[in-house]
Amino acid sequence: MMHDTGYRIQVAEMEIKKLRFKEASSVALKNQNLRKALVKTTDRFRSVRKQSIGEYEDWDGLRNKARGIKEEAIGNLDKYLEMLEGNVIKAGGNVHWARDGAEACGVILGIARERNVKSVVKSKSMATEEIELNHAFEGAGIGVVETDLGEYIIQLAKERPSHIIAPAIHKSKEDVSKLFSEKLGVPVYGEPEQLTRVAREKLRDEFLNADMGVSGVNFAVAETGTIVIVENEGNARLTTTVPKVHVALMGMEKVIPRFEDLPLFLSVLMRSATGQKMTTYVSFITGPKKDDDLDGPEEFHLVIMDNGRSGILASPETRESLYCIRCGACLNICPVYRHVGGHSYGWVYSGPIGAIITPQLLGIDKAPELPFASSLCGACKDVCPVKIDIPRILLELRSRVIEDEMEKQKIGTGILQRLAVRLWRFSMESKNIYNLLIRLSYFAQLPFTNKGRLRSLPFPFSGWTDRRDFPAIAEKPFRKRWEGMRNG
Amino acid sequence: MLSSKTETSQNVKVSLFITCLVDIFFPQVGESVVKVFDKLGVDVDFPEAQTCCGQPAFNSGFRHDAKALAKRFISVFDGDRFIVSPSGSCTSMVRVFYKELFRGDPKMSEKVDKLSSRTFEFTDFLVNVLGVDDVGAVYKGKVTYHDSCHLLRELRIRNEPRRLIESVRGVELVEMNLSDVCCGFGGTFSIKMPEVSVSILDEKINSIVESGADAVVSTDMGCLMHIGGAISRRKIPVKVMHIAELLASNKKDA
Repeated sequence: MMHDTGYRIQVAEMEIKKLRFKEASSVALKNQNLRKALVKTTDRFRSVRKQSIGEYEDWDGLRNKARGIKEEAIGNLDKYLEMLEGNVIKAGGNVHWARDGAEACGVILGIARERNVKSVVKSKSMATEEIELNHAFEGAGIGVVETDLGEYIIQLAKERPSHIIAPAIHKSKEDVSKLFSEKLGVPVYGEPEQLTRVAREKLRDEFLNADMGVSGVNFAVAETGTIVIVENEGNARLTTTVPKVHVALMGMEKVIPRFEDLPLFLSVLMRSATGQKMTTYVSFITGPKKDDDLDGPEEFHLVIMDNGRSGILASPETRESLYCIRCGACLNICPVYRHVGGHSYGWVYSGPIGAIITPQLLGIDKAPELPFASSLCGACKDVCPVKIDIPRILLELRSRVIEDEMEKQKIGTGILQRLAVRLWRFSMESKNIYNLLIRLSYFAQLPFTNKGRLRSLPFPFSGWTDRRDFPAIAEKPFRKRWEGMRNG
Repeated sequence: MLSSKTETSQNVKVSLFITCLVDIFFPQVGESVVKVFDKLGVDVDFPEAQTCCGQPAFNSGFRHDAKALAKRFISVFDGDRFIVSPSGSCTSMVRVFYKELFRGDPKMSEKVDKLSSRTFEFTDFLVNVLGVDDVGAVYKGKVTYHDSCHLLRELRIRNEPRRLIESVRGVELVEMNLSDVCCGFGGTFSIKMPEVSVSILDEKINSIVESGADAVVSTDMGCLMHIGGAISRRKIPVKVMHIAELLASNKKDA
């Protein structure tokens, strides 16, 4: 399937360090401003979603239908991607395939170089965040500006998005005022309207001067070669129509079979994400500007990227991770995300969906803590518009982490934990050993017990007792009391 | 005082799956379960070889060890009696996650299907199998109910515990804010990621206190030992009760 129409530039592969959720979340938990912002925003998202889906009598039926179509699309991905490619070309566009992030960056830089592009405007796209495209542009001496307000803010702050649909959720109004004043040389404004006006004025010039626009893709329709982008600010509309060249980057799971599938997917996406019936803008883009069109880009390029997705496709246990339409509802409902925020997850995708796709896209050894960054409460599964069984996948990935550690025979806590689990299992496999251990533990705890409570335990249980009491082992376990109840 | 279906309870045979937490730390909860069943005339036995269903190993990624304990559980609870447990989480392990554990093993899957079809969480069993939502209990106080995640989202039981609570004489059920949000326990999660776990717990404790209830009731000792751990550390005057304890109560004043 590999074929190409433009230059490819060699881009070095990204160096990804091992992600450390526990350390990062510990820092986040101490940031009171962040915590306030998280509670406020997740509460708002939760309530607008709930209200919005309440307007449907059979929301669950819609979810089943959307999931069914995703099953069909992902189950026949080769067929639908080729169909998409054929129809994009038929509409006058170009299609490029990229195996990984470095190749995707190389293709996009190649297109830019060939056309002597000096400045690029971008609309919001998680896929471009994933491959660090801005970094690649900057390295090539090409100016790039994010035009989604949230993305613009984090680009100025040199940070990563902390939420799939609200990238600057972690920044307060005050943070943004200060940032704009420092970076843009404007007064410290207090009101969001003033800040938005500043961004709008700065960005308007960028749109008019840009040689190329880069966007993401919410849905790519195989049967028509149409890409669909939803947004509320109009910046994606400008990004994809004003510059002469439009490049759209999509993860290969974004394809859907038919145009008639769109109303369903737009509904479940918008309502799950922002609680809207319809976002302010929905752009349908089929190839470049036609001869009788008044405006639009002269060239349209679609870059279809794998970057680890085929690995997920090949794994029947976790394949449904690819059904995700990036609505962010699982982030908003997750008790863990609500307390630690998106940056704790270490990479571009956060919350429950991040905890399952990051280890799969980067490799389980890069993010071994993420599958454990969940209480397995299952709230994510219930809000997911395509019913991805996230807790089940987390459990599957946990077993892969353990397998990976066993294969590598890692020393340290891995071995200790394994030993502990073995001993525990051994004692659970025999009623007599189990009884004996309970009895011994009962006596061992006595000097430390106070009113049936333990206030301090050694590592690793100290994590519990630092701020919570632990119950003492009962003098007579239930099995002894049972004997008393029945024989006594 | 008991509801009409109680007479049918007398032919019902139940094996108690008491769970390690109740056996080791909270035996009074097990006694309460037995008292309620005795009152209803249910034929109860306790397979003494039982230990743990394997959930801690499964949730920690140690599937090999979890399988060994699951197989042991299946043989210990062999037969055709109902298996009833005072825990939505341990019941979910048997009913939902054993299937996952033995996926691709047709022989074990068949055994698991049979086993899970006769395995029930305590309140689910009372209301949906025995048809009882009033066990004739008496307790004076304002009670708030915490939905345990596994009971709610794996077994889909939301109203049954509430119906049982509301039928207790003298009880006023007051709903806390976000009763269906996790308390942050998550088994080994509470020890692996204690800071996150406690932060989630703080919000739950606030909801409980703000509800004005003088007792918090739930169906799982995992959640309750977590909630209770903070309540006792902070000396908050709220009683922590398993629903079986409430249903076994016949006291006019708490």
